[in-house]
Amino acid sequence: MEELLNIILGGLLIGGIYSLISMGMSLQYGVAKVLNIAHGEFLMFGAFITFAMQQAGINPLLTIIVVGPTMFIAGFILYRTVFTTIRVRSPNPGVFEGNGLLAAFGLYFVVQNIAVLIWGSTPYSYRYLTTSWDVGGADIFANRLVAALFAIAIGVLFYLFLKSTRSGKAIRASAQDAPTAGLMGVNINFVLSLCFGFGAAMAGIAGSLFSLCYAINTTMGLQQTLLAIVIVTLGGLGSIPGSFIGGFILGIIGTAVSYWQPGLVVASYYVIFVILLLVRPKGLMGK
Amino acid sequence: MDLKNNFLKKTGFNWGLPLVIFLLIAFLPLYGSSYNVTLFIYFLLYMTLAVAWTIFSGATGYISLATAAFYGLGIYAAALFGESMPFIFVIFIGGAASFVLAFLVGALTLRLKGIFFAMFTFGLVLLMKEVLYWWELTIESVRGYFVVSYSNNAIFYYLLGLLLVTIIVAYAMSKSKYGLALKSIGENEEAADHIGVNVTLVKITTFAISATFMGAAGVIMASKLTYIDPVIAFNPMMSFSPALMATFGGMGNLYGPVIGAVIFTYLQEILTTGTLKSYYMLIFGSILVVTIMYLPRGILGLFQQLWNRFRRVKSAPTSRG
Repeated sequence: MEELLNIILGGLLIGGIYSLISMGMSLQYGVAKVLNIAHGEFLMFGAFITFAMQQAGINPLLTIIVVGPTMFIAGFILYRTVFTTIRVRSPNPGVFEGNGLLAAFGLYFVVQNIAVLIWGSTPYSYRYLTTSWDVGGADIFANRLVAALFAIAIGVLFYLFLKSTRSGKAIRASAQDAPTAGLMGVNINFVLSLCFGFGAAMAGIAGSLFSLCYAINTTMGLQQTLLAIVIVTLGGLGSIPGSFIGGFILGIIGTAVSYWQPGLVVASYYVIFVILLLVRPKGLMGK
Repeated sequence: MDLKNNFLKKTGFNWGLPLVIFLLIAFLPLYGSSYNVTLFIYFLLYMTLAVAWTIFSGATGYISLATAAFYGLGIYAAALFGESMPFIFVIFIGGAASFVLAFLVGALTLRLKGIFFAMFTFGLVLLMKEVLYWWELTIESVRGYFVVSYSNNAIFYYLLGLLLVTIIVAYAMSKSKYGLALKSIGENEEAADHIGVNVTLVKITTFAISATFMGAAGVIMASKLTYIDPVIAFNPMMSFSPALMATFGGMGNLYGPVIGAVIFTYLQEILTTGTLKSYYMLIFGSILVVTIMYLPRGILGLFQQLWNRFRRVKSAPTSRG
């Protein structure tokens, strides 16, 4: 019983970060149509910026104010230069999807190896808010709780932004049908870049929050990307609420499996992936 | 690129030059130094992988990121069967195992939208690594295996043979009715479906065939390693390199992946020592991005364009070559 409570609480707490990563990827694929293989690298970079600033004596939670906009600008510029060029030169959306994937792949190498050149490949960690409370026999660590709450808050804020602002409406319109949205007066290159930027910012912030709780290293991105891919499929390609919920589901499953067999976490993700592809490829909330 | 003005045909690349190059390579162990033989082993390996990758991904536009999974499977086949069987059988086993794995992956993902295929293959190598690691540690209580090693010359000739078979199969496929079906899928899958191509079956089979060569390459290269474990066998770089090489070279023609493989293997050879390794990967990534942006048809496409301009050819090549 205690173990079950531990698993569920632990899963929900890490699930917040997972949700944030996946919402970013979902936005990038759902609207900007780039399956961003380099997504986890943005997360890693965010984590390292936070780490570097924490070492300089700045409260790691405050670093989000720097990490978010930095990653947003990086993502925005990348889409505006690299991916827009590819999109304009691609004869049809299918070709863009393939070429965009390959370019994201190139970015993966570029970003990761810049980080390796700066920080090497040894793991780093710092201690922050390490107090814990006992809730019915399960331990809740303050840093994980804070990370989860921040992640949820950012996720909810973004959802409200999508639902209730004019820019949010433009994004939703572009997600449904980018060329038509363009004809309706949406500045399509700007909106798609905006989405890619938001996606990168979410990954970066997720990285900052990740570094509050866990050790970080420059090669951790790949596994986070894989995780995001599975969650995005689970929630439904391009569905933001789906990714949000999927993050928590996968958080619980991942925590449960790592209690039982820590060596089989990736395998458990793949089991979910296979079941989804066989039974419901459009995911929980996909259309 | 089946244009009348294809520069490759006009410049003797069609039969003569490849034959001369092939003969020069084939007798290399007789006149080359042992360093050169080792270098050429890597040339041959990456050429095989890049050509095999192009068989499926070049024709259909579906990006496979699972090369390392098949290659690693081949390495494991060599470790498990290498001592009890003749080498040539082990190569067949490694190829067959990869064929089966690719068939399963294809059957699962290739009936859906293309993006699921890319997503699923992306993590396949991580999955194989983790599961084998777990299996060895908790079920068998071993860590890694020893592999029967062969001389560099033997590896060289096995790889040369494999490359030859890969190229012949790739060429024969592209010239057959089957290859035409594959090409039509790449151009417009829906239309291909409507004119009666069994789209899913063609895709799955081609993916499995291309994986066979990757598995076989893994078996041959395993004998160069002597000791293997999941981390050595399943290296994600082996997925990424062939995709980059083929894209850089150009996928409209079999020369593309071969040229791409030669260039990048050589770059890797001179740049992957010590801290330069990170710079190599950085260059590697940047070149990939720039290639996709400005040369979506690779350097081969660029040469064709320059040739056309030089000869003042009026007809423009069609969208995908």
